[in-house]
Amino acid sequence: MKKTKAITGLAALTLMAGLFAGCSSNNNADNAAATNAGNNGAGTAATAVPEGDAAKDIKGNITVITQRTDIVDTIFKDYAAKFNEKYPDVKVNFEALSTYEDQIKIRMSTDDYGDVLLLPTSVAIKDLPDFFEPLGQKADLEQQYTGLEERSVDGVSYGIPITVNYSGIIYNKQVFKDAGITEVPRTIDQFMTALQNIKDKTDAVPLYTNYAAGWTLTQWEAVLATVAGNRDYVNIAQVATDDNFVQGQPHYDLYKVMYDAAKNGLIEEDPTTTDWESSKADLANGKIGTMVLGSWAIGQVKGLATNPDDVGFMPFPTNAEKILVPLADDYNLGISIHSKNKEAARAWVDWFINESGYPTTEGGGMSPVKGAELPEILKQFEGTEVTFDTLTPAKEGEEGWVDAIDKEAEIGLWQPDFKKVIIEAAIGNRKDSYDDIMKDLNDKWKAARAKVTAAQ
Amino acid sequence: MERVSNLSYKNQRILIIFLFSLVPVVLLLTFSYLPVIKMFQYSFTSWDGFSKNMEYVGFDNYKTIFTRPEYFAVFKVSLYYFFATFVQMGLALYFATILSFNVRLKNWFKGILFFPTLLNGVAIGFIFLFFFKPEGTLNTLLELAGLGAWQQKWLLNPHLINISLAFASVWRYMGMNFIIFLGAISSIGSDIYEASEIDGANRWHQFRHIILPSIKRILQLNLILAVSGAIGVFEIPYVMTGGSNGSSTFVIQTVDVAFKYSKLGLASAMAVVLLGIVILVTILQRVLIKEEK
Repeated sequence: MKKTKAITGLAALTLMAGLFAGCSSNNNADNAAATNAGNNGAGTAATAVPEGDAAKDIKGNITVITQRTDIVDTIFKDYAAKFNEKYPDVKVNFEALSTYEDQIKIRMSTDDYGDVLLLPTSVAIKDLPDFFEPLGQKADLEQQYTGLEERSVDGVSYGIPITVNYSGIIYNKQVFKDAGITEVPRTIDQFMTALQNIKDKTDAVPLYTNYAAGWTLTQWEAVLATVAGNRDYVNIAQVATDDNFVQGQPHYDLYKVMYDAAKNGLIEEDPTTTDWESSKADLANGKIGTMVLGSWAIGQVKGLATNPDDVGFMPFPTNAEKILVPLADDYNLGISIHSKNKEAARAWVDWFINESGYPTTEGGGMSPVKGAELPEILKQFEGTEVTFDTLTPAKEGEEGWVDAIDKEAEIGLWQPDFKKVIIEAAIGNRKDSYDDIMKDLNDKWKAARAKVTAAQ
Repeated sequence: MERVSNLSYKNQRILIIFLFSLVPVVLLLTFSYLPVIKMFQYSFTSWDGFSKNMEYVGFDNYKTIFTRPEYFAVFKVSLYYFFATFVQMGLALYFATILSFNVRLKNWFKGILFFPTLLNGVAIGFIFLFFFKPEGTLNTLLELAGLGAWQQKWLLNPHLINISLAFASVWRYMGMNFIIFLGAISSIGSDIYEASEIDGANRWHQFRHIILPSIKRILQLNLILAVSGAIGVFEIPYVMTGGSNGSSTFVIQTVDVAFKYSKLGLASAMAVVLLGIVILVTILQRVLIKEEK
């Protein structure tokens, strides 16, 4: 039985590894809880922006929860050091969650979800006041920031966007050149021709879907406004119609691009085994022609490119009259209603948005601060027919309807599911045609819309 | 100490038993029974997972489940895992029998076979994702073995995807079955083998007439566990494909309903239904495989 020692050893090792893994992930949370408990600071009144010498009076320990696991130990540490120059008595701890949305949702059923955190997009807007501290009247804050309407309830804002994203297609200029495409395609037909040219003339994958990662497919939904060519479409026109997925409607045209590309073999060879991390490098180095993504990805792709100038951004193709690139909030930054150091937390929020530089550098989008400069990559569009604009917020009394209908119908506009079905159908793994899929979605939409509008 | 020793022997025993079982019982109640009770409670609400108010909707969620056949269509996928169960048990039994005899490097083989059970399910998902890639391990091996013509896109082909996933599942869980069988087989006294050898029995006879009857109970237990496992398959398809390309199972669907569409109430009802199905199948198995006295 001597040899069983090896097995026991192995088992013990695994057990130890498990224990350590368990410890390290809990450490931060425990510390934060302990330090918070010992500090009964500010009351519950809405937190004000500190000014001048008042900065020195702010004390406390705050925990900032972020989704940026990649830079939490490097760039965020530098942020904290800079922040401390202004607020020497505030200690900032960070906690990074790898699957932010899932983990924070579970944490939020307790009282312990840090002091400063990102507002999960899946929390219904009307429930925000139960979890987050009001940051101020929207009308007042609007003087200073854009994009507040996405996370405001009854005129009160609960979050400020950490960056404002624009969505479209990230492409490799060298691949386009090799395929003989001289002009950036504007219409859907031109785009399909361009993809075909890439396939015929180069070795690159024309359009990489990143099917396996799933969430990457949801990026398509962000360009809906471009296809519609109208900033009112998403929040106003869409909820007013029963025919959301009918031929001629933006949703139909948008996903037809995905379907046709897959059907004509213009996507990766085996979508089921794609890998997001390596796809970024492949796009950067000319093995992939295009990907549909948000501006936040540009910096990441450029960082992997041997020649960063090859990485370009173009609006999603559209048959609409004008080209509209939608601007939308990234995550919003807010303060936990259970925070014991709300003043310090507020100081961090303001500092992070205004002074850290995160929105344009690490965030990769535009700053939500009004009057801030456009990022470099967008300067090429100045003076062209391309406009950048935010979406019109929903009509009063109809806030959150798109989301409510979507969830009720189990369509998943911002989920990968039906996009995967489209690709599976296009490559012949399913019997349903594109029209079958769209009809099914439209039926669900219609039924759910009737239910949601009736309930209001 | 004084107080304890003043108690009578019987009372000391009761105290010790009580104290020792307190911890596991409390753990069991908090992490097993309380959540199940809560789950039943949620299944009658339209709760979205974090909203502060919970609305009771009666049997609406159950009605939804039973009036929508597409929720049950995914049980077809479970059939792949059900058949894989028999392959898994057959292999486990085969290895357990062989390794209970005197074999060279016996313990080393035991370790190898049991090893996958120690790995984390997510890690296994990723390992097999690379294994099944078009230019991944499996296709490379086929190429090397001169079977290039057999190469497949294992996860893309709708006829193969569930077989591929079930294969990964067999790889993962066989070790557990194996170790249980091995334990049962080792409890058979060596004198029985010796006696049978004197009577001229070969290995097959020994297996057929000694081992198999002795571990029948364990075999049944493993079967019940494996079949209820096949109904509740989750982590391997979830990690590897996220349920896409026709590999979705009932549990994946439940998780989607709960976390993608924020219908925790409906998802709880689905979980209750699944629990019901598992209980039913277990009872059915016990009735069908008649117990001997």
